[in-house]
Amino acid sequence: MYQTTYHRPSTVDEAAALFAKGTEAKYLAGGHTLIPVMKQRLASPSDVIDLASIKELVGIEASGDTLTIKAATPYFDIMQSADVKKSIPAIAYLTSVLGDPAVRHRGTIGGSIANNDPAADFPAALLALGATVKTNKRSIAAHDFFQGLFATALDDGEIITAVSFPIPAKAGYAKMRHPASRFALTGVFVAKTKSGDVRVAATGASSTGVMRVPAIEAALKTNWAAAALDNVKIPANGLLADIHGSADYRANLVKVMAQRAVTAAG
Amino acid sequence: MIYDWVLGDEAAVKEAFSKAANVVTLELTNNRLVPNAMEPRSAVADYDQAEEHFTLYTTSQNPHVARLVLSAFYNIAPEHKLRVIAPDVGGGFGSKIYVYPEEMVALWASKKVGRPVKWTGDRTEAFITDAHGRDHVTKAEMAFDKDNKIIGLNVKTYANLGAYMSLFSSAVPTYLYATLLSGQYNIPAIHAEIITVYTNTVPVDAYRGAGRPEASYLLERMMETAARQLKLDPGELRRKNFITQFPHQTPVIMAYDIGDFNASLDTAMKAIDYAGFPARKAKAKSEGKLRGIGFSCYIEACGIAPSKAVGSLGAGVGLWESAEVRVNPVGTIEILTGSHSHGQGHETTFAQLVSDRLGVPVSQVQIVHGDTDKVQFGMGTYGSRSIAVGGTAIVKALEKVEAKGKKIAAHLLEASEGDIVIENGEFKVTGTDKSIALPMVALAAYTAHNLPDGMEPGLKETAFYDPSNFTFPAGAYICELEVDPGTGKTSFVNFVAADDFGRLINPMIVEGQVHGGLAQGIGQALLESAIYDGSGQLVTASFMDYAMPRADDLPSFKLNHTSTLCPGNPLGVKGCGEAGAIGASAAVINAITDAIGNNKLEMPATPDRVWHAIHGNA
Repeated sequence: MYQTTYHRPSTVDEAAALFAKGTEAKYLAGGHTLIPVMKQRLASPSDVIDLASIKELVGIEASGDTLTIKAATPYFDIMQSADVKKSIPAIAYLTSVLGDPAVRHRGTIGGSIANNDPAADFPAALLALGATVKTNKRSIAAHDFFQGLFATALDDGEIITAVSFPIPAKAGYAKMRHPASRFALTGVFVAKTKSGDVRVAATGASSTGVMRVPAIEAALKTNWAAAALDNVKIPANGLLADIHGSADYRANLVKVMAQRAVTAAG
Repeated sequence: MIYDWVLGDEAAVKEAFSKAANVVTLELTNNRLVPNAMEPRSAVADYDQAEEHFTLYTTSQNPHVARLVLSAFYNIAPEHKLRVIAPDVGGGFGSKIYVYPEEMVALWASKKVGRPVKWTGDRTEAFITDAHGRDHVTKAEMAFDKDNKIIGLNVKTYANLGAYMSLFSSAVPTYLYATLLSGQYNIPAIHAEIITVYTNTVPVDAYRGAGRPEASYLLERMMETAARQLKLDPGELRRKNFITQFPHQTPVIMAYDIGDFNASLDTAMKAIDYAGFPARKAKAKSEGKLRGIGFSCYIEACGIAPSKAVGSLGAGVGLWESAEVRVNPVGTIEILTGSHSHGQGHETTFAQLVSDRLGVPVSQVQIVHGDTDKVQFGMGTYGSRSIAVGGTAIVKALEKVEAKGKKIAAHLLEASEGDIVIENGEFKVTGTDKSIALPMVALAAYTAHNLPDGMEPGLKETAFYDPSNFTFPAGAYICELEVDPGTGKTSFVNFVAADDFGRLINPMIVEGQVHGGLAQGIGQALLESAIYDGSGQLVTASFMDYAMPRADDLPSFKLNHTSTLCPGNPLGVKGCGEAGAIGASAAVINAITDAIGNNKLEMPATPDRVWHAIHGNA
């Protein structure tokens, strides 16, 4: 690790100001991406600005039709939250199969979506639920936020403050865990809104990151049942292929995980 | 190619195949593994200018051997000017037998700069420098007569030794592999050709099982394949071919001393309720799951090894073990063992040996290991040798101590030596209430005021024990599992082990060893694989890509034991450290191939591979 200066601001504005002052600053949340990258000397930020203990960035609230999770809320809190379990239990489930206990006690939803790892779980939930990402500057719809492999709509220095999820009628998540990293080899989040719209998002499958799956959405709109997907064929081209799974295997998983997510959604 | 090595009788095998009623062919890979001991390798070297003496703290499984190698092969310093200390090390599995460049550099540097020098590897460094394991590609054929008896076995194996030949590496795919190709079966003719190769990869050397997992996997996959081809029950085919008379001389050097293979298979089949399996399989099918069952009847050769035998095969060292028993003047006991503890629990088991024989509480016994200044030369721990060889050395030294103690006691109690027995820490005259406690006997030895004429003072004896044969743990593992046809993922239903390790000194420690071995065997079968890309880059160089077995990947093991006492050592023990890693993999792959109805499947049987085996390659 190269020399760096660590800051622990107590407000978002303070954090943003520190970022602007630094020559090459980086925000730190759970640290699961930034710290290993710094240890491998692949990044050498001049300043590391810790967002994890900013009180205004931690908290969960369900009110009316919206579940709001503040950006630095650790996965474990999301998993245990009565508000989450009541309003969108699929998110509590997603968090329970994310990483492992050590990861869940430090990792944050804000860190996950800011990084947009193509195999991360939360991007699938945001895209399928049509969530809105709130930053210290603006609000960004999920489908505009995720822009490809490790790429988001965030400007330099912009801080995610919260994610707000419209509460669906039904939602479910199913994930095939990567045997080593326990990221998503493929994970599919399905949601049916109160007005009957169906949205399906898959992570871990595409080389450009989280993606909608129109063929599955169409089938589920007609018939919200796992059996409705029996004859759906997901094309393998454009999907990831690596030592843990071929593209056609992932294509199969998109379908199978979607079926299991629908069953889980009820 | 490095060398082309052959064992067995090619002519006899050719003849057998010419007469065969059936021939079964199998091609398979034994996947390369990374040992990943919990503690990475580390060394602290300290040069004392005044004494011209080096001290090396290192993560070694065999500190005396390390000292020998550093001194005699690498001229770091003469042995008497080099102390190697390897205290309780965090796991080795073979990877810490060898001497690596880092400890040599640390030693050299400490002299150069005149300060202690420390090196500790990180996990990725461990992935790319610790010796890897396995990495064979094999084609084998088995010939059967019309009664389904094996009449011949022909094996051709390519063994990848990596970029350089590591310390033990040439013994692993040859003498530790080919000599186990008879398995539990009475095979009259065997021929094995092993071609070792250099590649631009990390050197391969002994890793938990060292050659015997490769042999056992091949044989047990072959037997299950044969059962399916010949339409026989896998248990029945094995029974038809079991060796039942002992000692049994195999055609591949090994002479098995004792065993009862039917007993372990019986035990395993009963424990898993084999008779009930067809009903369970049908029920699983009705629920959309593919259920399978797989056997693995392994035998292995450990308790290494008779020095003369290995010397005649070209080994540069002997494989005896040493022990010194020191009874201290007021009766506590120190056992200085040449064995080395890096997860085996010797402190418990060896202390038990002393306690069982002398009737002293284990709190009175101290096991000392891992320091070349404290302990006489020993060969260290690997090859499941510590109880059979190290334990026997302790027993032999104890026998000498007991003999001297009895002489002293007889003298002090004015009784005849032949009437003295040792019970509950006391030397008693049998049939009387005359006794003298061990501490008093020790004190008498060290004060020397009243010893038998001509007896030297002191109560301390040494033994070097050279085994007369390998030992042959054997057993039957049966695995029942389900495959999810949608994802190819395997879930365990049951895993039963019936092992024959001879006498068990500490059942809990044996259980721990078996669990660990099974975890590694299952890890190889389902999860682990060291993969290189086309440009020689190790793609799996961290736990992000190399899937280590975790508790939730594994079943709850049901362990059973049968016992035929080893006639080769006074304890009747065979050793148990590697058996699980040797026998487990075949049971898993046999079960998955049974579940999916496709016999073509390589390790690791990842969900991706299993799914393709079910649905075909797109």
